[in-house]
Amino acid sequence: MSSRTYQLSAENVNVWFGERHVLKDVNLAFPSNQVTALIGPSGCGKSTFIRTLNRMHELIPSAGFGGKVLLDGEDIYGDGVDPVKVRLKVGMVFQKPNPFPTMTIQENVLSGLKLSGRKNPNNEELVETSLRRASIWNEVKDRLNDPALSLSGGQQQRLCIARSLAMGPDVLLMDEPCSALDPGSTRRVEETILELAPQMTIVIVTHNMQQAQRVADQTAFFLSEDGNPGHVVEFGATEQVFEQPVDPRTNDYVNGHFG
Amino acid sequence: MTVNADSTQRRKLATKPFAKADRIFFGVARAAAYSSFVIIALILIFLIGRAIPAFQTQGIIDFAFGSTWDASASPQKFQLGPMLWGSVLISLIGVVIAIPLSISIAYFIEFMAPKVLAKAVTTIVDLLAAIPSIVLGLWGAFVFSPIAAGWAKMLNQSFGWIPIFDNPEQNFLRSPFIAGIVVAVMIVPIIASITREIFSKMDRDIINAALALGGNRESTLRKVILPTASGGIVGGILLGLGRALGETVAVLYVLNISFDINWGQVLQARGGSVASMIISKFGEANPSEISALMAAGLVLFMFTLVINSIASYIVAKAQPWRK
Repeated sequence: MSSRTYQLSAENVNVWFGERHVLKDVNLAFPSNQVTALIGPSGCGKSTFIRTLNRMHELIPSAGFGGKVLLDGEDIYGDGVDPVKVRLKVGMVFQKPNPFPTMTIQENVLSGLKLSGRKNPNNEELVETSLRRASIWNEVKDRLNDPALSLSGGQQQRLCIARSLAMGPDVLLMDEPCSALDPGSTRRVEETILELAPQMTIVIVTHNMQQAQRVADQTAFFLSEDGNPGHVVEFGATEQVFEQPVDPRTNDYVNGHFG
Repeated sequence: MTVNADSTQRRKLATKPFAKADRIFFGVARAAAYSSFVIIALILIFLIGRAIPAFQTQGIIDFAFGSTWDASASPQKFQLGPMLWGSVLISLIGVVIAIPLSISIAYFIEFMAPKVLAKAVTTIVDLLAAIPSIVLGLWGAFVFSPIAAGWAKMLNQSFGWIPIFDNPEQNFLRSPFIAGIVVAVMIVPIIASITREIFSKMDRDIINAALALGGNRESTLRKVILPTASGGIVGGILLGLGRALGETVAVLYVLNISFDINWGQVLQARGGSVASMIISKFGEANPSEISALMAAGLVLFMFTLVINSIASYIVAKAQPWRK
């Protein structure tokens, strides 16, 4: 484990909304091909933080940023870095399943190509591999031309994962991807995450302690106390964070004493 | 206790207001709602009554689609064709110019402008809708027409080989092109405010998803925002079209009304508009011509009614993914 490589890392990340300082000095390194969970009570800034990793954060008016986010050694906030290029390498899955309502299942998978103007030699193959990687192929292979909204919520979410995977990102960010899903669908998405983990770096925000323990190799605990900006209280191997936390606040949180 | 046989029967639930204030309020609201039916019906009855003589002497088909209007001939000929087509032509020009403008305005307000600026632009665009059409007509005649005639001349010089920009007489004033632009100014606020409304109700997550997939602003607008909003935008366009078809005074001031039908030479100084023709002829019309003008009004009324019904149908039904 000592020869870990870190494809993505955050150095002294600070975030403001207007005058409000919401994240302070976040330093996290995400090991390649592993899953990192971000946990913490509502309002601790974990969803805000994950949005800084693919420059979606700056789309909110009044958003401010300080620090560095290194992707393959390069600061994605550096001068002359096109945020659109960053997002091609760092895919994102949202809280609510959000397939494009006017498109079919297949068009949704290929939507990233259309949006970014990229060309792919074999679209049919890309649709199949992407849907297979998101473990939804068997459910939709006979109805690729049906509207995406004809799928169930859980299927829609896996379609959204497939849509991101089709762009071949190195990193996948997931912002509470199961919070709008029922337990069965949640299980399927978690299985998908575990299947993807060996191939890519995954960062997942979750409210669900069990989910963090099931899918994540590492866990970071965020906390924002008494109106102070959110910060990382504890970061380490998932087992250690849950079984032998160093900080008493982590212990209280993972054992359900608050949050 | 005996079981009441009626107890299993479905009872009518009272929805009537009890309080006096409620009863008055219900009454006023109901009267206001029904009055719109009554008013439309009365207008229709009046128009049909006055139009019947014209339809009888001219024949409905000839009246709507023929192309001679001559009150001094014997027998008199009243045929609306060039005006009806002229109204359509001017409205189409107006809509074609207004659509890209309105969508850009709506996009700017909703997705680009900081809040303060967005509010200011919204107010100004809404103010544009409040300009009386006579003011726009005078502005169009005295200020805008000479300028637009210059644009028309440039179009003619560069693209005169395309039939619609042909103009051998080289008179560029009072053309459907200019009337179309004036109409566009009047319908931009309608289309822009409906488009803005639709944009503001769109699920931001869908737009964020498009950006997260590597879309830029342009591709996100074209591939995701517009398709998702298309039903509402089309509805707005049809509402604007309804306004454009009925526009009277502003068009009268900037258009040379001619029964020599202009199929599409938009730069030439002759065109038609049902509403403007009615107002231009009404003052000196004899009784049979007045009947013909009423009939023209009726045709325009039906035409606009159909357009508006299509509009509300599309706005309501064309977005099946909306829950």
